[in-house]
Amino acid sequence: MKSEHKNAIVADKIATVILYCIAGFFLLLLAGFTAYIIVKGIMAYQPGIFSFERTGIGVELFNTVYLVLISLIISVPIGVGAGIYMAEYAKAGKVTNYLRICIETLSSLPSIVIGLFGYLVFIYMTGSKYNLFAGALAVSILSLPLLTTVTEDAIRAVPSIYKEGSLAVGATHWQTIVQICLPVATPRIITGVILAAGRGFGEAAALLYTAGMSSNVNLNIWNPFDPMSLLCPFRPGDTLALHIWALKTESMTPNADQIANFSAAVLLVLIFAFSLGSRLLGARLDRKMSGK
Amino acid sequence: MICLIEKLKKEYLGRSIVTLLGIVIILVTLSITGFLFYKGLGTFVTYNHSVWEFLFSSDWKPADNFDGGGKVGAAIFIVGSLLISFLALLIATPFSIASAVFMTEISPILGKKLLQPAIGIFVGIPSVVYGWVGLTVLVPAIAHVFNLPYGFSVLAGGIVLALMIFPTITSVSVDAIENVDNGYKEASYALGTTRWQYIYKVMLPSATSGILTGVILGLARAFGEALAVAMVIGKMQTFPDNILSATNNMTAEIASDMGNSAQGGEFNDALWSMALLLLIISFIFILIMRIIAKKGEEVK
Repeated sequence: MKSEHKNAIVADKIATVILYCIAGFFLLLLAGFTAYIIVKGIMAYQPGIFSFERTGIGVELFNTVYLVLISLIISVPIGVGAGIYMAEYAKAGKVTNYLRICIETLSSLPSIVIGLFGYLVFIYMTGSKYNLFAGALAVSILSLPLLTTVTEDAIRAVPSIYKEGSLAVGATHWQTIVQICLPVATPRIITGVILAAGRGFGEAAALLYTAGMSSNVNLNIWNPFDPMSLLCPFRPGDTLALHIWALKTESMTPNADQIANFSAAVLLVLIFAFSLGSRLLGARLDRKMSGK
Repeated sequence: MICLIEKLKKEYLGRSIVTLLGIVIILVTLSITGFLFYKGLGTFVTYNHSVWEFLFSSDWKPADNFDGGGKVGAAIFIVGSLLISFLALLIATPFSIASAVFMTEISPILGKKLLQPAIGIFVGIPSVVYGWVGLTVLVPAIAHVFNLPYGFSVLAGGIVLALMIFPTITSVSVDAIENVDNGYKEASYALGTTRWQYIYKVMLPSATSGILTGVILGLARAFGEALAVAMVIGKMQTFPDNILSATNNMTAEIASDMGNSAQGGEFNDALWSMALLLLIISFIFILIMRIIAKKGEEVK
């Protein structure tokens, strides 16, 4: 009996040590992974790499931010609106259940499948060439489920006394949502939006056949309706993530590896900055909204 | 009348708009499903191939024209997808569950302060970056360690995917473990169990359904990942002999050949059929998760 107890204690100690090792291993792995990308990126730095010429990644960086911005303009109103519906108006029943299944389906669809759908509907059926706007639409579809669930959760988390107070002084349900629930839920919704933006920055498979794998711009044209202009959303444009893929698969530039290393580092820094920003902003808004 | 307009402004307008937006999501999902079925069934309807041939034959020579007559056996790609995803799951699951246990039971402070943010970072790293590092570090390393001419292999794909699904499984498992009734822990300790005995014999069994959901989510993600796998898999059109040989999978094949085939041709339709298969598989995953969730509730 005594030795059995002793064994149990030894097993407990061993398990604890092993679990510490695994946790440490993953922290080290992540640190190593990130450090490797950043160091490789810094080593690949050369003057003019941010330029908007063919050898630089200026256009790709611009495309990345531009495409994600357009996609957010499309997906945030739809996602937030649908989230409000789910949290406040949807009655338990067939339609709501169906909408939930749809959101689940959307969120589990492989991004390449959404890319194919985008290619078929936004490129092939409209008869247009690859363009940034089609890419933005594909990314919007990808981020819809995230935005909807985040909004729904955020609004559900609003304390019910806030709502009851508002309804008691005679506001309608909709007025309560807009003037009470939404402001309180904003910090969490913004965190979700930034999360969606981060995913958009890194998305590649959905853009392969929608936004295209190359950019051809003339920097002297600033008319946004000219398909050669940097500002035109209806021109082919590759984002940073897709640029890395294109450099690997069909690179013609001699220093493709260097540019890919640098692009990966820039992409990572961009995403880290965003997730850090969302955390700081979220904490700050939270303090402000809760009146502390 | 004025009252009605007032009410319209204050309630019905907003309500209709958000209801409409909910319907938009349903429509988007329906049209994706509809188009995939429409295009994906072309192989079987227009070009008269059997589903049996598509799923179980490894003869893949679709004709890139509108006459058909090629071979559309996609078994190599299907087996490739299955092998890589399950290998990734095999590698990632033990580590994920161990990390989740560490974060909740062994050291919640370190877990919250270090591991949670670290997992957030893991999630944020784009798949092409995983693929790129896999290509430049992992593939040469595998070639070196196992003395191979090239390191492109099922193993490389499995490791890259394991890294990508590790955060998914871990964070869902953490939620599952945190949901275990605290009374179980108090009762176990009161009976004199060690921490490990509690974890192993009480906590993990009661968190099983939640952890399983995380595993399925991870599997779904692994199945659908395209570019990271495409970079390290080697794109060889043969069944792999072992985990060190190169092969191909569905997503990589779609990604590399969709742009080179004539829209509506046999080759193109066969690729769409693979996309349809991916859709059906993700439906199956959702179904399994629902069943697990239901079972979990019944147990409670």
